[in-house]
Order: sequence, then C-alpha cells, then structure tokens
Amino acid sequence: MATTTTTTPQSIEDTVVESLVNFGADADAITRDATLEDIDVDSLDLVELTQVVEETYDIDLDGSDFKTVKTVGDVIDLVVAKVG
Amino acid sequence: MRDVVITGVGAVTPLGVGARVLHERWTAGACAVRDGEAPCADFDVVDHMTSKEARRADRATQFAIAAGDEALADAGWGDELPYDPELIGCVLGTGIGGIGTLENNHDLLRDTGPDSVSPLAVPLMMSNAGSAALSLRNGLRGPVFSVVSACAAGSHAIGTALRMIQHGEAEAVVTGGAEAPLTPLSRAAFARMNALSPTGVSRPFDARRDGFVMGEGAGVLVLEAGDAARARGARILGTMRGYGASGDAHHITAPHKEGRGGARAMSIALGDAGFTPADIDYVNAHGTSTQLNDRAETLALKLALGERASQIPISSTKSAIGHLLGAAGAVEAIATVLALRDRIAPPTIGWEEPEEGMDLDYVPGTAQPLKLSNGRPPVAISNSFGFGGHNATLCLQAA
Repeated sequence: MATTTTTTPQSIEDTVVESLVNFGADADAITRDATLEDIDVDSLDLVELTQVVEETYDIDLDGSDFKTVKTVGDVIDLVVAKVG
Repeated sequence: MRDVVITGVGAVTPLGVGARVLHERWTAGACAVRDGEAPCADFDVVDHMTSKEARRADRATQFAIAAGDEALADAGWGDELPYDPELIGCVLGTGIGGIGTLENNHDLLRDTGPDSVSPLAVPLMMSNAGSAALSLRNGLRGPVFSVVSACAAGSHAIGTALRMIQHGEAEAVVTGGAEAPLTPLSRAAFARMNALSPTGVSRPFDARRDGFVMGEGAGVLVLEAGDAARARGARILGTMRGYGASGDAHHITAPHKEGRGGARAMSIALGDAGFTPADIDYVNAHGTSTQLNDRAETLALKLALGERASQIPISSTKSAIGHLLGAAGAVEAIATVLALRDRIAPPTIGWEEPEEGMDLDYVPGTAQPLKLSNGRPPVAISNSFGFGGHNATLCLQAA
C-alpha cells in the first residue's frame, strides 16, 4: 500500500500515532514524551508497527531498529529518519 | 482423596451470554440453531475486554475470556485471588484452536505474500491461547496448559483439572473449553466428511437425524479443593465426583459400533466416583445428532448402566445449541450442574421419531423434574466423545 500523498514528518507521525491507537493505545495519552510503557505498547505492537511502516513507505526495517526506543517521540523520529 | 467442588461457572453460548442464560433457555425449550448453524449472535466483544485485548485474541479466546470473567466472579473471586497464585492452575480444551486466525492469515499469505502475515498470528491461533489468556488476565501461576482431543477436549480438560486438585498440584483450577469454528474451511471440511446436517437440524437420537449442527462458544468452571472452598465460605454449586477416559482404537472418526469405548469411560467415571449405575439420576449425553454417535452412545449407555439406562432421563444440550466441538464438554458440564441444582432434566429439543433399538428416555421436547428417591443430592454423568476415538465422562453431583 503506497501512499498517494506527499510523505512529510507530520504525515509519518500521523501514521505512527494512528497505528498505536489501532493497536489499542489510549489516543489521549499519546504524546511525544509518553513512554511506550506508559501507553502499554509492547514488543508485539512494535513488530506490528514495523509491518505497517514497511508497507506504507515501501522500506525495509531491521528487527533490531526498535530495540533502543523508549518514547513515542523516539519511534516517530526513527521512522522519519528511515523513511528519509 | 480430597473432594473437588464447583464454585463458579461462566458460559458464552448460542443461547446467549451467561451460564444461567444457557440453563434457563435450554430448560425452557429454546433452540439457537439458525440457518443450519448456532452462532453466539448476542456476544459483543466490546462488552468484555479492551480493544487491545480483543485484537490479541482469536474469537475462541474472546469467548474463553468472557466466560472466565463470569466464572471467577460467580465463584466470588474478587480482585485478590483466594489462594496462592502458584497453586491455581488453568486447563482449557479446544478441538481446533484459532482456526479463524489461521484462515485469515493464510488468505494474506496467498494474496499479498509472507510480509503481510500478522505478527499476532501465532499467539492467536495456537491451541493453548485460551489457557494462556486466562492465566495472564487473572495472574494464575499454577500449571497452565490446554488439552486437545477434538470434541472431548472440554471434558478431558475438566477431568485433568479434577486430578490436579486431587493430587495436590493445585488448590483451584480454572477449567473448561472454547471453540470458534464457524469459518469457511471448518464448515467445508466437516461438510465434506458428511458430518454436518445437510438439513441444518440438530435432533439427537431422533430417527431422522442426519448430522451435527456446528456451534461456537465457551464454558469455564472454577474447581476448588472442597476443604479450601468451605474454609473460605464459598458458595458450592456441585461436586466433581469422578472422571473416566478411554480410547476406542477402532476408527479415526467412527465410534465403536457397540459403544464399548464410551461405555468404558462411563464405567471408569462411576468407579472413580464410588457410585453404581443405580446412583445415577440423569445423563447429559454427547448426543451429536449424527447417525453413528447417537446409536453407539445409546448402546454404550445400556452397556455401562444396564437396566438403569432405561429408567433415567437422558438429554442432549446439542439439540439447543448445536455442537461446540472442544467447548462442548465444558458447556455441557455447566448445563449439567445447573440442571442438578434445579433437580430437572432439560429436554432433547426436536426429538419426535424413535428408531428401532434406540428406546431410552431422551426427554423429548419438554424438561422433566428429576425423580429422586433416596434423599441425597442428585448425580449425573456427562459424556463427550471425540474423533480419534477419545472418550471422556464426568460424574457430577449437586451440592
């Protein structure tokens, strides 16, 4: 599923946040500073997020890419950098 | 040997959400079969768990979670478990596991390639997902696993739970079964082997029976060591008196023609309970509505119970809710203990035409009060027989 609109940091952030909400995270609790633990996002969610990002932006992520992320902001920044 | 009591029950069945809904509607003669199937149409997952929990559970596990919540609440287990969590086990049965998840992911694999397969596919479709979910949700840290024996799995799970408590491995076990087989592959596979009713009618023991009607759902029971349950002042619904299991070693799908394997399971369960056939007041039959099962089960009942078989009511829950496969034994154990509590034999709905040689009291159409003579709480057996020649019988007594 390739995007038809222009990819911007904001659109990537929107994709990440929308995915986390789809996985069951509380939308109101999602901020850049929120830790993944705070919003109950675990390793299985990150694997699902990897799949969404790969399909949406047609990129390959390494399984270890998300190993060091702690906050929602970390996740967004990582995806923005990878999509580049 | 420690006695083992039932302190809580929960069920999601085609008759509705709730163990007592099942009991009351079946006893009143309600039938949930629609268009040849028995779905849990009243079940709405959002009533029972968060969206995250729902995403991480196959439909079968969702049923197990809802039934488990009801059972634990019914047992009076509040926020704090009544025993050391390491002494509370969880054993659930299933026939197939998360087949809906498997089929959906196979569609993705075929249509869009391996990268599209969900990372959640394995934890959702594994056959032990139900026991894992209940353990996680409730912090149960004793022995936790699932039992797979086709349509006998629910009863094997309960029998295994009984043994765990009797042998001191656990003070309590959350047990039962769950199944969600109303999927395209499952329908086609059972239909191709001529197991499903082409007319879409579940009428166990009737001469016109032509196959089973597939249903879905879950049943969960809380079993506790009797002394521990009494010490905490628990309300006791009934007692698990005995369990018997056997193998036919006869045919992969057909029961032994004379019902020898089924009869042996019943006799072992009675012996385990310390009862004789004269002590039995009611039989909750496996009664699938297939030609082979219902005839073989009738013969098995005569073999195991002798003349007592023709003196007591024998009915099939599957006449009301279809066949829940690996959940059937659990749901039927719940239906049995609630029937015993109310001293009633719920009916075999739709039974009208007798078949030669099948001449037991199948409780046609309308519930019957149990005839009790000796003053003690009534006793029943509940049968479950699975493809593979797996037979399991539970013996239960009202409190």
